[in-house]
Amino acid sequence: MSEEKQNEKSGGKRRSLLFFGLVGLAVGATVLGLALLVNIFQRKQEARNPFFRVVELTDDTVDPSVWGKNFPLQYDDYLKTTDQVRTRYGGSEAEPRTPTQADPRSIVAQSRLEEDPRLKTMWAGYAFSKDFREERGHAYMLDDQTFTERQQVAKQPGTCINCHASAYVAYKQLGGGDIIKGFEALNKMPYFEARKIVTHPVACIDCHDSQTMQLRVTRPAFIEGIRALKASQGIQNYDVNKQATRQEMRAFVCGQCHDEYHFSGPEKRLVYPWAKGLLVENILAFYDEQKFKDWEHAQTGAPVLKAQHPEFEMWNQGIHARSGVVCADCHMPYKREGALKISDHHVRSPLLNINRACQTCHKWSEDELKARVETIQLRTHNLRNLAMDALIDLINDIKAARDAGRTDSAVVTAQDFQRRAQFYVDFIESENSTGFHAPQEAARILGESINFSRKGQVALRGGIQSASEQAK
Amino acid sequence: MKARLASGIILGVALGMAVGVGAYTFVYARGYSYMTDNAEACVNCHVMQDQFSGWLKSSHRAVAVCNDCHTPPGLVAKYATKARNGFWHSYYFTTGWFEDNIHITQRGAEVAEQACRKCHQEIVQAIEGPHPEAKDAQTSCIRCHRSVGHLH
Repeated sequence: MSEEKQNEKSGGKRRSLLFFGLVGLAVGATVLGLALLVNIFQRKQEARNPFFRVVELTDDTVDPSVWGKNFPLQYDDYLKTTDQVRTRYGGSEAEPRTPTQADPRSIVAQSRLEEDPRLKTMWAGYAFSKDFREERGHAYMLDDQTFTERQQVAKQPGTCINCHASAYVAYKQLGGGDIIKGFEALNKMPYFEARKIVTHPVACIDCHDSQTMQLRVTRPAFIEGIRALKASQGIQNYDVNKQATRQEMRAFVCGQCHDEYHFSGPEKRLVYPWAKGLLVENILAFYDEQKFKDWEHAQTGAPVLKAQHPEFEMWNQGIHARSGVVCADCHMPYKREGALKISDHHVRSPLLNINRACQTCHKWSEDELKARVETIQLRTHNLRNLAMDALIDLINDIKAARDAGRTDSAVVTAQDFQRRAQFYVDFIESENSTGFHAPQEAARILGESINFSRKGQVALRGGIQSASEQAK
Repeated sequence: MKARLASGIILGVALGMAVGVGAYTFVYARGYSYMTDNAEACVNCHVMQDQFSGWLKSSHRAVAVCNDCHTPPGLVAKYATKARNGFWHSYYFTTGWFEDNIHITQRGAEVAEQACRKCHQEIVQAIEGPHPEAKDAQTSCIRCHRSVGHLH
């Protein structure tokens, strides 16, 4: 082979390499360009906020998976409330358990009674002293209510279903279209009979109108409770579904269940005790007036009350409520899916979603914001421990006095102080923010609880004559 | 000779398609709008919608557009910053790898700070002149005047 030919050959090789290289690059650039074009196209489509009506929804569509066909993004997030994630002072841990016939759950949340045995003393004689676990996400509300051991030690009414299931369509069925009548019928049923007519935990229809997707209140207890509250403020005949603003509704739909309640009378009507106001003393005064008690304390005979997750009441006392920031702003903050803006239906602790929940308003780092919240919670937690100790001391003192045969009026006074001290500490204990919803109010309530326990002990020693007079 | 012609055609078509798709994408994505000072260009991709809405209601709406505060003075510096930010914004928006509540970068904050100081030189000097230590402390204008441009 001559040199020339060899040169020619290697030159040809180089040329074809260059050729294929250039074609390859051009192909690569075209592919990338098209991919980008499609992506931009998709974003532009998303930005038009498309809504595809795949199925027809009616005012009787309970099943959230049907709604999910029209609203897949919201439904996907809604399904995520099955997660079990801890925060420092709240959230649930997944604990394995061996399923039994009575309770087929293979996973439950950690027992709060084992974490703090003082709770057993506080609730002695009440079903909560048998089984009380950290709350899990919305997805579990129906199962955890159905299978709790509390069902085996006490006969529960159908009233529980109001907030442990998607009850709106059940109300309509029971009441022949009238939800108030359905509500009354449901309350009167035994729990397991009522349980049969519901299938889903809280679902789309409990907060949304099926035609307009607007928020609406479907729980008669809230409709009546907020009407009583507004009446106490001088607004008569308040109709929440007509008079509340859109922003208020973003708190009220959550307030349908996240509040203090009691079962009133033999018909077990679910009543939110707001006729005198939302403060803990207003609520206690309401119960005192009704001469209502949840049970008689097994160790002291005191007519005591069980406070139940008053998140709505406590949030109302805090700076966020004062600033017009509502439940959904932090627990269902806006998020982006591509160019689409939706509210996050994965309802959870804002501490697990700090960027979206807090940083919309607070321009500090995630670590800083978390540290602020946990400072408030640590202080509340420590103060709650002091209040709990004080209460246990009072309970022990009353028990000792009764064991010694005392029946004098000082014991009655001390029992009344126990009722107060216990309701106050339980108000914070059962509230699901460890003080964050209203830090100063939480501290005030715990401080007053400690004071009631102290006064109860003083009464036993002959110092105070009447609790009711003192408490005013 | 025939082979040469064929490969020339293939190369031409391939390059032509790449350029064509690129040009179409550029027009479709309103790429040209990013060369302008029009504030609406910044909401092409909707991520800045909150900022844009905030600016529409802010005190600065009448005197400054996005570029006045978020790009440095000087033609070259301005377009270099636009190119840099534009690349990263497109990258994050295309991939979706960003947090919903976006935060300004250190570099972006410095550019904005210089913009405040450029227009409000007199008042800045009046504040910092007699207090040279204030200059060293680098007190940022938006530490107090956060909402003048837009709230978020």
